[in-house]
Amino acid sequence: MSLSAQVAVQRGSLALDVDVDVADGEVLAVLGPNGAGKSTLLRVLAGLLRADAGRVTVDGEVWDGGNAFLPPHRRRLGMVFQDALLFPHLTVADNVAFGLRTRGERRTAARAAADGWLTRVGLDGLGGRRPAELSGGQAQRAALARALVGEPALLLLDEPLSALDARTRLTVRAELRRHLADFGGSAVLVTHDPVDAMALADSVVVVEEGRVVQAGTPTEVGRRPRTDYVARLVGLSLLPGTGAGRTVRLDGGGEVAVAEEVSGPVFAAVRPESVALYLARPEGSPRNVWPSRLAGAVPHGTTVRCELIGAVPLVADVTATAFAELGLAPGAEVWAAVKASEVAVYAR
Amino acid sequence: MRRPGTARVPVPLAVPAALAVAFLVLPLVGLLVRAPWSSLGEQLTAPGVGQALRLSLLSATAATAVSLVLGVPLAWVLARSRIRGRTVLRALVTVPLVLPPVVGGVALFLVLGRQGIVGSWLDDAFGITIPFTTAAVVIAQTFVAMPFLVVSVEGALRAADARFEDVAATLGADRWTTFRRVTLPMVAPGVAAGAVLCWARALGEFGATITFAGNFPGTTQTMPTAVYLALQSEPEAAVVLSLVLLAVSLATLLLLRDRWLGRATP
Repeated sequence: MSLSAQVAVQRGSLALDVDVDVADGEVLAVLGPNGAGKSTLLRVLAGLLRADAGRVTVDGEVWDGGNAFLPPHRRRLGMVFQDALLFPHLTVADNVAFGLRTRGERRTAARAAADGWLTRVGLDGLGGRRPAELSGGQAQRAALARALVGEPALLLLDEPLSALDARTRLTVRAELRRHLADFGGSAVLVTHDPVDAMALADSVVVVEEGRVVQAGTPTEVGRRPRTDYVARLVGLSLLPGTGAGRTVRLDGGGEVAVAEEVSGPVFAAVRPESVALYLARPEGSPRNVWPSRLAGAVPHGTTVRCELIGAVPLVADVTATAFAELGLAPGAEVWAAVKASEVAVYAR
Repeated sequence: MRRPGTARVPVPLAVPAALAVAFLVLPLVGLLVRAPWSSLGEQLTAPGVGQALRLSLLSATAATAVSLVLGVPLAWVLARSRIRGRTVLRALVTVPLVLPPVVGGVALFLVLGRQGIVGSWLDDAFGITIPFTTAAVVIAQTFVAMPFLVVSVEGALRAADARFEDVAATLGADRWTTFRRVTLPMVAPGVAAGAVLCWARALGEFGATITFAGNFPGTTQTMPTAVYLALQSEPEAAVVLSLVLLAVSLATLLLLRDRWLGRATP
């Protein structure tokens, strides 16, 4: 294990208590809503904030814990912030060379290394510019080069893509993926975008209100969310209940028929595209039919995402054509139908 | 963008505003009107004038230098450190801003005078006497003018994004390196504006200077104290000296506007 951290901090109303482990060459995504404590965790790992209790160890060296506290400038780390935060008074190349210069590298050597990294991130020839002359994507690439040029043992990424526009985010995400694959140390990526986590991370921890509520591979977390927050992020309706045979009795009332035998506390998860809507109660094959009311509808790609309230709260994706043919409007009474085989069910 | 109607100023505001402008500008106009323009040349080259001007420029510059060396670190402590009693410290530091300068002069005298707390020790141990020397002029000006610099730099530091200092720390810079290579360059415009304000205040310093340093031509007589003395014996000379100070002040103002304030508030 390269990074091993048990961190407890009290910051105002936030009580953060989180354990993370990241092996060399691995990327951990810390996923969670705003105010969950993600950035606080990152600040503790960087040494910008001291943990009240716990321990941060990197490559066997204690960075924080007990009486030991290594100040940030003595830690072998690189950090990328949401806004690139390039020093406005320095050229792009001097920004990238900054970390080498502070660590005692000679000017020419630092400059050569900086130029090399600028080429690697696709900013060849832009080293002489001022940060204000770069686009958002270019600035974030330069910030990445600045963080990586010192060959850190730990790379911290604090929402590195969220300040970029959608198109730039796509390309920078792809590049970031490539650089993370080449990076030999441990990386921790803080994000509230599940796509970042899926695309970039080897493992995910979901943090809510200062606690880890779920940990696993991105696929696992995406397929089997354990909290409403994650379910919403990955677009699933999460229905907690108790299994009895091929039926799940929901905690919120109502029942869901499922395809396999289950028992004990379980989650039933329903994908929005597997929910069909009818104006009249459908007859025939679907095993699950619930009366619902349309609470809201927003366009979502080529479909319309419908939020349903009723005995069983659901999210349904219907095609725009179907939505128009049904003549749906908020407040409309509908029947929601889901095949038993379309319901994922897993233990709580 | 100008909203329609903003060009018209209501009368209850327009009249006092016009009076205020007249009140502020007329005395300066008077100075220009009554200036002995024909004999200006010889007045300016009179021995006392050049001496006082030179001493004023030198002492104000020295006071600004001292204020920079001591005041910028103080501003940093006020803006960035988390030491206890910072608010009290800030209040103490800004006292000279509101204190009548003559009181400052008396206070300096009580501390650095021959019988003063520090002064008597300086006298005994090193044979150094401060009052009524050029050093006293610089000290008096620094006392009065440094808070201007501190307040200005502290404001600039507070306005500067402290996250850049976090970035520097993650890039291996200790706090001193961060201050030198990141913080100071970023607040440089604020420091420069503060230095100009400080210099202008030091140049015009009168009360503390005349109390603590006296008014001896050649050693402690600055432009303002020279004006005061001249007004009692040869009013024309006082007018000429005042003109010179006015010119220097206007130049300072222009410098501030174009070089720094203009850029800070576009």
